[in-house]
Amino acid sequence: MKRIIFLIVISLVLFTSPGRAAILSVCNLCGHTSITAAIEKAAPGDTVLVKKGIYKEGNIILNKPLVLIGEGFPVVDGENDSEIFTISADNVVIAGFRIQNVGTSYTVDRAGINVIRSKGVVIRNNRLINTFFGVYLQKSSDCIVEGNIMEGQAVEEMSSGNAIHLWYCKNIEVKNNTVKKHRDGIYLEFVDNSLVENNISEGNIRYGLHFMFSNHDDYIGNTFRNNGAGVAVMFSRFITMDDNLFDHNWGTTAYGLLLKEIYDGEISNNRFEKNTTAIYGESATRMKIHNNTFNQNGWALRLLGSCMDNTITANNFLNNTFDVTTNSIRNYNDYTGNYWNEYTGYDLDKDGIGDVPHHPVKLFSYVVTRTESSIILLRSLFIDILNFAEKVTPVFTPATLVDEKPLMKPVL
Amino acid sequence: MIKIFKYSFFDLMRSRWSLIYFLFFAITAAALLYLSNDVSRAIISLMNIIIILCPLIGTMFGVMYYYNSREFVELLLAQPIKRRSIFLGQYLGLTVSLLLSFVAGMGLPFIFYGILASPELSNFLVLLLTGGLLTFTFVALAFLIAVKNENKIKGFGFAIVVWLFMAVLYDGLFLLSLFIFEDYPLDKFSLAMTVLNPIDLSRILIMLQLDISALLGYTGAVFNKFFGTSLGFIISLACALLWIVVPTISMVRVARRKDF
Repeated sequence: MKRIIFLIVISLVLFTSPGRAAILSVCNLCGHTSITAAIEKAAPGDTVLVKKGIYKEGNIILNKPLVLIGEGFPVVDGENDSEIFTISADNVVIAGFRIQNVGTSYTVDRAGINVIRSKGVVIRNNRLINTFFGVYLQKSSDCIVEGNIMEGQAVEEMSSGNAIHLWYCKNIEVKNNTVKKHRDGIYLEFVDNSLVENNISEGNIRYGLHFMFSNHDDYIGNTFRNNGAGVAVMFSRFITMDDNLFDHNWGTTAYGLLLKEIYDGEISNNRFEKNTTAIYGESATRMKIHNNTFNQNGWALRLLGSCMDNTITANNFLNNTFDVTTNSIRNYNDYTGNYWNEYTGYDLDKDGIGDVPHHPVKLFSYVVTRTESSIILLRSLFIDILNFAEKVTPVFTPATLVDEKPLMKPVL
Repeated sequence: MIKIFKYSFFDLMRSRWSLIYFLFFAITAAALLYLSNDVSRAIISLMNIIIILCPLIGTMFGVMYYYNSREFVELLLAQPIKRRSIFLGQYLGLTVSLLLSFVAGMGLPFIFYGILASPELSNFLVLLLTGGLLTFTFVALAFLIAVKNENKIKGFGFAIVVWLFMAVLYDGLFLLSLFIFEDYPLDKFSLAMTVLNPIDLSRILIMLQLDISALLGYTGAVFNKFFGTSLGFIISLACALLWIVVPTISMVRVARRKDF
C-alpha cells in the first residue's frame, strides 16, 4: 500500500513538472491572434507570450493558472468601457503589458487587473494608464504587485478609482510601484500581514496610501509627494511605518500622515518635508514616534486630546511654523528627548541634554486650535509677544506637555 | 512746493540717518538671503521686520524732522509761500528720502541675488509696495501729530502710542474679539478688521502671496477669495490710500489754521 502511494506521488510530481508547460505566442502572424483565444487553448501552467501590438478584446478572463508575458509592452486597450484582466485562478503571472483605458463607472469597480479569490498571483512590470482602478485584489492572499507604473487621470474623488486597491487580503507584497493621479495611490481595507515597500505615490487627490481596518502591516521606504494627504491610517493596529519620505503634501486641507483610531503602531526614521500638517492624530494610542525628522512643515505634530500613551522621542523638529499643537489642557503623551531647533536653553554639564525643559506648544497654536479664525494673526508682533510671555510662565498651554530632556544637537 | 520738496529731500539725503537706514536694510536683507539661501523664507523674515520697522521709523523720523525743522518752517512762513506747499513739500521730502533708502537697501541685495530673473519677483514687489505704503502712512500720521502738538514730549509720546496701537494693541483687541464672539461667523468681521489697519493689511497681503498662506486654512481661503476679486483689491487699495490721504489732508488743514 505504501509503495503504491509513493508511486502515485512520484508520477504526479513527474507529470506536472514545469518542463511540460507549453508556450503559446500571440501576435498578428502567430498561432493565436487574440489573447482570449490563447488563454482558451492553454492548459493550466502554460505560458502565453504576447508580442508587441494593440489588443482590443474587452474583458479578458483568466480562470486557470497561466503565465502571461508581454514582449515590448503590448497594448491592451479597454476602449474606455470594460474591465481588462479578470483573474480568478491561483498562481497567475501577468508581466510586461501596457494596460489602458478602462471606463469610469459609478456602479462597478472596474480595474486594469482584477484579482478575485486567488492565491500566489504576481503582477509585475506593467504600465497601467488611465485604468479606473489599477490593480484590484479582493479576498486574495500571498500575491505580489511589483514594479508597475500606474497613471490615472483623476480629477475628483467621486469619479476616480484607486491605483492599487486591496480588499480582504493577506500576505500581499506591494513593491517598487509608481502610482500617480488616482483617488488613493494604494488602498488597503481589511488587509493583514502585508508589506508596502519602496513605492512612489504622487499627485493623488485623496491619499497616497490609505489603511482601513488593516492590522500587522508594514510600509517601508516609500515616497509620498503632493497628495491630498500623504498617508491615512484609520482603524488599524500594529502598523509599522519606517523610512518613508512625506514630501510637500501642501494645501489648506493637506496632511503628511493622518492617524485616526490607530493603536500600537510605530513611526520611525521618516522624513516629513514641507507638509501643511506633518502628523495629524485623532484617537491615536500607544504609538511609538521616534527618529523622525520634521522639516519646514506648517504643523509638525497635531495630536488632539483624544491621543493617549504615545511616546515621542529622538525626533528632530526643524523650522516648523508650529512644532506641537493640541486642543487639550491635559497631556497624556510622552515627549522626552527630542531635538527642537527653537529650544533656547543651555547645557552646562555638556552631556548633550538641555538643562532647562522645553515647552513645544506655543500659546498661539493653542489659541488657533480653539478659535480657528485667529490664525489670521499669524506672524503679528502681538502674537510673538504673547508667545514669549507664555513661554516664560505657561498658563494656558498644557504644563505637562514638556520635553524634560531636550537634545542640544539633532539626532542623525 | 517742488522747491521745498527738493530742498528737504537733498537735505535729508545728505544726513547720516538716511545712510544708516539704507545700510540697515541692506545688511539685514543680505544677511537673511545669505543665511537662509531661500528667497521665500527671506521674504517672510523681512516682512516681519518691515511691518514693524517701516511704521516705527516713519513715525519717529516724521516727528523728529518736524520739530527740528521748526525754525526753517517759521522762516518759510514769513515768505509769500502757500502753507500747503511748505508742509506738503516737507512731508514728501522726508517720505521720499526714507523710501529711497528703503528701496535701495532692500533692492540691492535682492538684485545681486538675482531676484529679477526669479519667480519670486512679484512677491518681492509686494513687499516693497507695502513697505512704501506703510512709510507714507506713518510719516503723514507723525506730521499730523507733530503739527497738532506744540509740546515735543507730548508729540513724541502720542506718536509712539499711535504706533504701538497699530502694531501691537490692535491685534490684541482683534484676538480678544475673535475669542468673545467665537460662536458667530467671523469671516467678514476679520476681513474688515484686517483691511482697516494698514499694518495688518500689509501683513496679510504679503502672506497670501507666499506658500505660507496654506496654513491659514479656511480663513485664508476666505481672504484669498476676497483679495482675488477686483472688488476686494479695490477696497483694500482704497483703504491703504485713505490711510495716506486722510492724515495728509488733515495735516495740511491743521497747519493752515495754526497760529505759529
